[in-house]
Amino acid sequence: MQTAIQIQNVSFAYGAKQVLHDVCMDIPARQVTAYIGPSGCGKSTLLRCFNRINDRISGAHLTAGSIRIHDVDINRADIDLQELRRRVGMVFQKYNPFAKSIYENVAFSLRVAGKTKRADLDDIVEDALKNAALWDEVKDRLHSSAFGLSGGQQQRLCIARAIANQPEILLMDEPCAALDPLATLKIEELISELKKQYTIIIVTHNMTQATRCSDLTAFMYLGKLVEFGPTMQIFENPKDPQTEAYVTGTFG
Amino acid sequence: MFNPETLIRKGLPKGHFKDVAARSFLGGITYLVVAIAVLLFVKIIIDGAPVLFKPEAPFVDLDFLTSKNETLHVFDDAQGNRHQLPAAAYSQYISQHGSATLFNEQTYSYSGGGIAGPIAGTALLTIGSMILALFFGVSAAIYLSEYAKQSPFIHAIRLAILNLAGIPSIVFGLFGFSVFVLAVPVITSTPSDRSLLTIPLLIGNYFLSFQGWNSSLMAGCATLACMILPVIITASEESLRAVPQGFRDASLAMGATRWQTIRKCVLPFSLPGILTSSLLAITRVAGETAPIMFTAAVAAKDDLPWQGLKSPFDILSSQVQALPYHIYTLAARIPSSEFTQRAQYGSVFVFLLLVAFLSLGSMILRAKLRSKLKW
Repeated sequence: MQTAIQIQNVSFAYGAKQVLHDVCMDIPARQVTAYIGPSGCGKSTLLRCFNRINDRISGAHLTAGSIRIHDVDINRADIDLQELRRRVGMVFQKYNPFAKSIYENVAFSLRVAGKTKRADLDDIVEDALKNAALWDEVKDRLHSSAFGLSGGQQQRLCIARAIANQPEILLMDEPCAALDPLATLKIEELISELKKQYTIIIVTHNMTQATRCSDLTAFMYLGKLVEFGPTMQIFENPKDPQTEAYVTGTFG
Repeated sequence: MFNPETLIRKGLPKGHFKDVAARSFLGGITYLVVAIAVLLFVKIIIDGAPVLFKPEAPFVDLDFLTSKNETLHVFDDAQGNRHQLPAAAYSQYISQHGSATLFNEQTYSYSGGGIAGPIAGTALLTIGSMILALFFGVSAAIYLSEYAKQSPFIHAIRLAILNLAGIPSIVFGLFGFSVFVLAVPVITSTPSDRSLLTIPLLIGNYFLSFQGWNSSLMAGCATLACMILPVIITASEESLRAVPQGFRDASLAMGATRWQTIRKCVLPFSLPGILTSSLLAITRVAGETAPIMFTAAVAAKDDLPWQGLKSPFDILSSQVQALPYHIYTLAARIPSSEFTQRAQYGSVFVFLLLVAFLSLGSMILRAKLRSKLKW
C-alpha cells in the first residue's frame, strides 16, 4: 500500500500553546482515514497542517518533526503553497460556498490557477459536480447563487469545488457536523465513491460515521495519537484502554 | 399568618412622586432637544425654501442653482420703487436709465445672483477628497485587516488612527496649510522664492521644489482627505472583518494566493459596507469649513472652476468657492441685512437638502446591498 502522507514526530503549537505532541503515523493512499477524539484533542489542527492552512494564524508553527506528502517535506521553505493546496483539497466543517454562482464556486480554484478557457471550465465544472453527485440537482441553475441550495447541497458543492482541481488528497474537517442525517448519508455515500480516486482524510465526532465510511481510524487525545489502525480493530478490540473507553462511550 | 389584604395598597404607590418627577424631567429634556432640532429646520425651511422654490412651474428657481453669485445692488428709482438687482442686471439698468435717477443705493457683496460657484466647488472638493481618501484609506484598511500580524505595534497604529478622528478640523486646516499649501514638493522650471528646498533635476531646466501647491483645489482635497482618512480606515477595516473567515479559508484552500483571496473573496463582499460608510464621510467632507479656509476656498470668484483654464489640469491648482465657506462668508464677513438673507438661507437650505439626499442615498444603498449580499 502506497503511503500518501508520512507524519514523523510532529509537534505543533499556536504561539506558546502546544497542541500536538510527537505524532507519528503513515496515511495510506486511496483509503479513507478517520480521526476521532474529543474536542480540542488536536485532530483538526493536524488535518490543517496537511495543506498548511494554519499558516494564516499568527504564531502557529511546527515545533518538531516533519510532514511528507509523497515523500516531499511540505514545510520546506521553497514549497509552492498554492500548488500544495491544489494537490491537497479541503472541505470545511461549516459549508462555506462563496457568495457567487454555483458555476463560479466550482470554477474558482481553476480561475485562480490561471485556467480561464470557457470550454475547459465547462467540462471540468460538469465533471466535478457529477463526481460530487450534485449535477442532476443543479444543472438547470448553474448560474444562480450558491446560497439558494440546501445545506447538504451546499456542502456537496464545497466538495465539488475541492475536487475540481483533481487533488491527490481530500481533507474533510467534520464535513457533516452542520447537516441533517439524510444529507449526512449522502455525503457518506459520496465519500465511499470518491475514495476510488482520492486519498481521503476525515475528522469526525460521529463514531458511527467513522465505522461506516473509513478504512482506518486514528484516535487522538490531548494532542497525542493514542491508537491508529484498521477501523474494525479500533472499534471492536482496541489495544489501548483509553481508546476502548472512548469508543464505548464511557468517557469523552 | 399571611394576610392577603396587605397586597392591596392604600393610597398612591410608593415613590410615586419621585417616579413622576424623574419621568417628566427626562422626557422634558428629550423633547427639548427635539424641539431645538425642529426649530432649526423650520427656521431654515421657512427662510430658505422660498429662495429655492417658487409657486409657478418648474417650481425650482434654477437660476439660483445655476448662476454665479454677484454683488447685490439695492436702490430706489425716480418713482420711489425699490429695486434689488444683481451686478449684471444693475449695469444693464444703468445703461438704460442712466445713473442719475438712483437714490438710497446700497450694495451687498455676494448676495445677488445664484450659488453655482460654491456648488461646483463643493462638488469638486468632495469628489477629489473622496477619491484620495478611499484610495489611501481602503489600502491601509486592507493591510491592517488582512496582512498585518496582530502585534502591540499594530494596535498602537490602530489607536493612533482612531485618535486622528478626534482632532478638530481646524487643526487639519492648519496642517494642510503648512504642508500642502506651503511645503509639498512640485516639479517646476521656476521655483518660488519661498521654496523650502530646491533640488535641480538635471533633466531640462526642472527643479524639485518644496514650495507647496498654494491654496488650490488639490491642497483642499488633500487636507479634507486627511481629515476623513481615520473614518474611512476604521469603517473599511470593520467591513473587511465582517466578511466571514470561511471565505478566506476556502479561497486559500483552493490554492488562491493571499492577494487573489482579497481581490476575489474579501473585497467584493466588503465593498457595500465600505461604500455606505463612505457616504457618511461625504456629508462630512461637503460640510467642513475649517480645513478648506486656508487651503482651497475663496469667497468670490468670477469664473466657475472649469472656466478660463489654460489646460484641464489647471483646475487642480486653482482656488474654488465652496458652499460651507460661502455660508460662512455671507454670515460673518458681510454686514447682514434683509437683503443678504436670501443668499444666506438659500445656501443653507440647498446645503441641507444636499446632505439629506446623500444620507438618504446611503441608507437606501445600504438596505439594498444588505439584502442582496447575505451569507
